[in-house]
Amino acid sequence: MWVYVGRRLLLAIPTLLGASVIVFAMVHLAPGDPIAAVMPAESSAAEIEATKRAYGFDRPLPVQYLVWLQRVAQGDLGRSIATRRPVILDVRDALANSLVLALSSSLLAFVVGIALGLLSAFRQGRLLDKLCAALAVIGVSVPHYWAGIILIIVFSVQLNWLPAMGAADDPGLLPFLRHIALPTVALALIPLGVITRVVRSAALDILNQEFVTALRAKGLAARRVFVHVLKNSAPQILTVLGLQFGFQLGGSVLVESVFSWPGTGYLLNLAIFQRDIPVLQGVILVLATFFVLLNLAVDLLQTLIDPRIARH
Amino acid sequence: MTAPLLRARGLTKHFPLRGGLLGRTLAWVHAVDGVSFDVNAGETLGIVGESGCGKSTLARLLLRLVDPDAGTVTFEGEDVLRASPSRMKRLRRDLQLVFQDPYASLNPRLPIEDAVAFSLLVHGTPRGEARERARALLGHVGLDPRMHGRRYAHELSGGQRQRVNIARALVLDPRLLVLDEPVSALDKSVQAQVLNLLQDLKAERALTYVLISHDLNVIEYVSDRVLVMYLGEVVETGSAEALAESPRHPYTQALFASAPSMDPDRRMDRPPIAGDPPNPIDPPSGCRFRTRCPFAMPRCADAPPPFVSVDPGHEVACYLYELTPAARG
Amino acid sequence: MAPLAGVESAIDAVAAVPAAPMSYWRTVGWRLGRDRTTLAAGGGLLVIVLAALLAPWLAPYDPSAGSIRLRLAWPGTPGHWLGTDEQGRDMLSRLLWGGRMTLVAGLTPVLVAFVVGSALGIAAGFVGRTTSTLIMRTMDIFYAFPSVLLAIAISGALGPGLANTLISLSIVFIPRVVRVAESATVQVKGLEYIAAARVSGAGMGAIVRHHLLANVLGPILVFASTQVSLSIILAAGLSFLGLGVTPPAAEWGLMLNTLRQSIYVNALVPALPGLAIFATSMAFNLLSDGLRDAMEVRG
Repeated sequence: MWVYVGRRLLLAIPTLLGASVIVFAMVHLAPGDPIAAVMPAESSAAEIEATKRAYGFDRPLPVQYLVWLQRVAQGDLGRSIATRRPVILDVRDALANSLVLALSSSLLAFVVGIALGLLSAFRQGRLLDKLCAALAVIGVSVPHYWAGIILIIVFSVQLNWLPAMGAADDPGLLPFLRHIALPTVALALIPLGVITRVVRSAALDILNQEFVTALRAKGLAARRVFVHVLKNSAPQILTVLGLQFGFQLGGSVLVESVFSWPGTGYLLNLAIFQRDIPVLQGVILVLATFFVLLNLAVDLLQTLIDPRIARH
Repeated sequence: MTAPLLRARGLTKHFPLRGGLLGRTLAWVHAVDGVSFDVNAGETLGIVGESGCGKSTLARLLLRLVDPDAGTVTFEGEDVLRASPSRMKRLRRDLQLVFQDPYASLNPRLPIEDAVAFSLLVHGTPRGEARERARALLGHVGLDPRMHGRRYAHELSGGQRQRVNIARALVLDPRLLVLDEPVSALDKSVQAQVLNLLQDLKAERALTYVLISHDLNVIEYVSDRVLVMYLGEVVETGSAEALAESPRHPYTQALFASAPSMDPDRRMDRPPIAGDPPNPIDPPSGCRFRTRCPFAMPRCADAPPPFVSVDPGHEVACYLYELTPAARG
Repeated sequence: MAPLAGVESAIDAVAAVPAAPMSYWRTVGWRLGRDRTTLAAGGGLLVIVLAALLAPWLAPYDPSAGSIRLRLAWPGTPGHWLGTDEQGRDMLSRLLWGGRMTLVAGLTPVLVAFVVGSALGIAAGFVGRTTSTLIMRTMDIFYAFPSVLLAIAISGALGPGLANTLISLSIVFIPRVVRVAESATVQVKGLEYIAAARVSGAGMGAIVRHHLLANVLGPILVFASTQVSLSIILAAGLSFLGLGVTPPAAEWGLMLNTLRQSIYVNALVPALPGLAIFATSMAFNLLSDGLRDAMEVRG
């Protein structure tokens, strides 16, 4: 099993490196001179050249990449062109905010999704199943940014129960919860739909296996069958949970934009419009790294649950 | 005596077992080791052995579906394994294979007459003619093309599917047919039908068969000569009668004794062969059967026993029959 | 030639399955025809697509023309059944025209991904170890990014515009299709009828064309159909962020963006473009569910 762990870790390295190349390259694909966007239009050619050299834009691309990579490895993500602050600080704060949102949204999606999925599977064919399946399809089809807007319309504008934007200004648990409630629900909808469907499908596969029928015929209590189904569908469920958490972290851009939530998505949006390349690279790289490590953790956790997977 | 139709010499195939951190080769599976035999025109050679003895790998080696690590296969004197692509395509008409799994060997998306006709299309027969010949052949093996021609594999029974496989193998008018467990997946009642069909076809078209099976009854029913395999090696060859009447190799004896009998007087208390078949990954040194052989001697572990002719046409690889220096002369 | 196995064939004939054999695709069509939910979804989708296609003839007004006087009229206002947006432009017309943009931006990347992804995936599964490793590891790198992030990053880099949106979304979906295609190909490749084709003397090309494709494209198609809804949501989402289609063009995501500030004045009109995205996305999901169930190989 440790061989499998080692092999997965080893595979993650070229993936990360490849991702870093893409992050580096994509920004340089962009049309428009990044420096000219930030400096005032009347700057002399000399001033522009000086800034270019300061940022290292005048060196050949592969060299720029290696220099950048080296700095990144040491935790230096450069300075924002717009604010001059170290990127790592901004990213760190933003990441914290996004993680909070992703975690709370995941909690909602996981708990409700698994519950609905299992309910659906154990009541297959009955009204409850159809209801849950319908809810799941709705969840999966909803554009979460639109859902956010609708939630704002209903709960902020019309009913005035919950605030429409931003992280809480006042400290304390209640304001925090009030501010995070709507973004959480909006972000949780699609994962909820996906998780419900996957859990239902995985549980059904196990329930329909012949030996479960044999167990039931023997009179095994419903609770034991339930536990058995849970244990056996755990690997599949775990995979989808991991994927959906990644989706919520990376995909929070749209929801953060609707609620002005100061997370990585918000930062990314800002960086795109300001063509703030260091921030752009920093955010994407950090998120991608997080995602790769997350997938790795999910894979490893899976082998703990089901050692058969590692034998491949 | 005429030259054999098919000649296999020293066929060897080891599969690598990869593992470890970088996917290194950890060990080798000795699937087939130094197998040699001849097949004469017009006969049926039965190859028998337990699961894992390398029979299926051997079938694939003979038809060059897998390249051997060593050895040669000659068909009518021509080297099969070194044939050029164009020569190989020509040879494919003469050498055909009937597969074991009647379901997985048919494309679920093709009607069976198209599945049979495909072989002809590959060799340039015009579509209309190919289909006509396919339909005729299907009728010949017992599937009326008017009823079954446009059917799909999942609509047929196991026995019917195997007939389709046979038709597919025969449509190119081959000279030699290798049959890999052709009836193992079928019910006993259907097995007899298919075997009889195979016998009739063989007589009608002057075919030569190499039939592989783990089922002694099947082997005894159709074979002229028999080859017994154990763990990738040949241990005994001879005519079917000779082996049935006086099997020499301890493994062959155990095989023939293992066939369960309905006769209460012949019931056994203990199975004739003790223990599990060893792992082909690390076969025992010397004679591979020595770990389960009731007659094992110390020298069995030294080196693999050479073939000894106990009767004309009957050879055994076993130290029990080794000619004394005096007899060897 | 007379049947050889005389009695046996008679028994076979009597025991055989009913007379009309159905090809696989005909079975799929038959199953789909009996699935009411899928049929309803298909019908709804047809309406949406037709409405978008016929927008030039169906739209009562020019989607870019608006008068500030009439801004944010509520639905049901005479002359403007679905109200007007913040610049006074007729919502019905903009929704119809916007549908074209959204549908193109949503469907095209999946189509591109289907073609390119299938080709790459089949090659990876069929050709050999080095090709396979090369293709799959490259795809793994793209898998390192969550899809939304990748779409935004590439769009952000390339800039706004429909073409760039199509490119970035295609890049998001191709690796997914490649994975499914490779997995299906590897599975089929190991089946014995492929070996049987080789024994018959068929070359690689003939095997792929006659035996592999028909059996592999089915699962890939089902997978691709499940991605359409996500593609539409992402395409509209990119426009929502200002990274996709640019104003004054009508596109559902873009409309959602520009109407966002108006929710305090008129709560209903801003909800409409999102409703359209939701309805389309849901129709595609139901359709793809039905397709998957119908295409399941049984028996």
